[in-house]
Amino acid sequence: MMRRIVVVLGLPVALVTVWWVASAGSTDFYRPSLQRIVQAFAETWFGPRLVEEALPSLIRLGLGYAIALTVGIAVGVAIGSSTRTRAVTEPVLEFLRAIPPPILVPIIMLFAGIGDAMKVIVIVLGCVWPILLNTVEGVRAIDEVLADTCRIYRVKPLRHLVLRAASPQIMTGARQALSVGIILMVISEMVAASSGLGFTVVQFQRGFQIPEMWSGVLLLGLIGVLLAGVFHLAERRILVWHHGSRDADRR
Amino acid sequence: MKPLLGLAVFGALWELAPRLGVVPAQWAPPLSRVVRTLLAEAREPRFWSAVGDTLVTWALGLGIAVAAGIVVGVVIGAVPVLRTATASTIEFLRPIPSVALIPLAVVLYGVTMTSTLVLVVYASFWQVLIQVLHGVADVDPVARDTASVYRLPKIRYLYWPTALPYVATGVRLAASVALILAVTGELVIGSPGLGQQIAVAQSSGAVSLMYALVLVTGLIGVGANILARFAERRALAWHPSVRREVPA
Repeated sequence: MMRRIVVVLGLPVALVTVWWVASAGSTDFYRPSLQRIVQAFAETWFGPRLVEEALPSLIRLGLGYAIALTVGIAVGVAIGSSTRTRAVTEPVLEFLRAIPPPILVPIIMLFAGIGDAMKVIVIVLGCVWPILLNTVEGVRAIDEVLADTCRIYRVKPLRHLVLRAASPQIMTGARQALSVGIILMVISEMVAASSGLGFTVVQFQRGFQIPEMWSGVLLLGLIGVLLAGVFHLAERRILVWHHGSRDADRR
Repeated sequence: MKPLLGLAVFGALWELAPRLGVVPAQWAPPLSRVVRTLLAEAREPRFWSAVGDTLVTWALGLGIAVAAGIVVGVVIGAVPVLRTATASTIEFLRPIPSVALIPLAVVLYGVTMTSTLVLVVYASFWQVLIQVLHGVADVDPVARDTASVYRLPKIRYLYWPTALPYVATGVRLAASVALILAVTGELVIGSPGLGQQIAVAQSSGAVSLMYALVLVTGLIGVGANILARFAERRALAWHPSVRREVPA
């Protein structure tokens, strides 16, 4: 147990210590000491700002991500179930996926202004592709014996066969979509907004509030890590049957 | 034939929707107008220098990330102590969104290609590193024993061939991430390239130029995907590609 803790925490603690010691008493305006950053972190984010800036950002992310999941899985199942639809739509999907989602921000601003709707749409448009394409792949790779078994025993195919069999692939897509979503949440606020985390951090940068800016970067990093952790837990619950059967195969 | 049908329908929808007034034409110009704008723009030298800047940022960033990812990955993967000691740190650093570094990059490097490069390298490095780590861990025990008995150089004959398919997957993933970050950096930071041109077109209200540039970026993305898949097939021509790719 002791050994495990040392192994897990050893390097991170060492790195933070090195940063702390090396930057202590730093007089470089752009690279403040870690102590100063931590202080700024507490002053800046512990208080009403966390609710005013971080919460709206996260709500927009959650909303956009949920819409992308629903649309991506629904359309993905439809496209994946039919060979003909897949052949027709594939090149278009390849092209749409290849457009870097952040450059859609200026275009969506034309239609939706710079309000919440724009940001949610941007997040949906970015997140939907990894989910959709992975769902298509997952549905396509369904075991034929399983499909025949379901047909014979008249098991409802959508819930018990299609979604279940494709779920490991769908989760892979959902994981990629989550990191795209976080990127878009920040970018859409950096390009055009009057509130939100990305906006606030850029304001600090433009106002040369350097320790506050560093603390914002830290917060964005922590949010990324936290959401990845939450996703990991959710994935373990949802795919518990999959991991179990895979481990059994290995033995 | 069918793939072309899909593209044709997509193009027709894009052309007809604004013309029939389904979407407002001043915000979504029909495809023909966008293509005309693109052809006019293609005569301007600034367009080609923007394309060149974006491609250089992309290639340079991808190159650095791939080289660093492979070296770090093989070293960490080959030494079990390093592997266990760094696992938690890697798991922690990887999900940090690269765009969070934008303000830092601007403050430290200014509005230059270096700022964008930092983002590109940071984002694509992890894609490569994770795949290399998976690949090195996948070494066959019999191959390992054979290599030790015959005293073969381990990196050349053991780790490299085992990890190569994973490296190829990592490079393919990194190539598309690198393009996204290159254009994003140009758009938000303002370093020279297609992203910056899009920002300029937006602020000057050149709507159909904006669509034309987005179209070009998408085509570059498709090109990058095709190129990466082609390179993957070339590099793995010897490999009995039965090994399952690790989804990232």
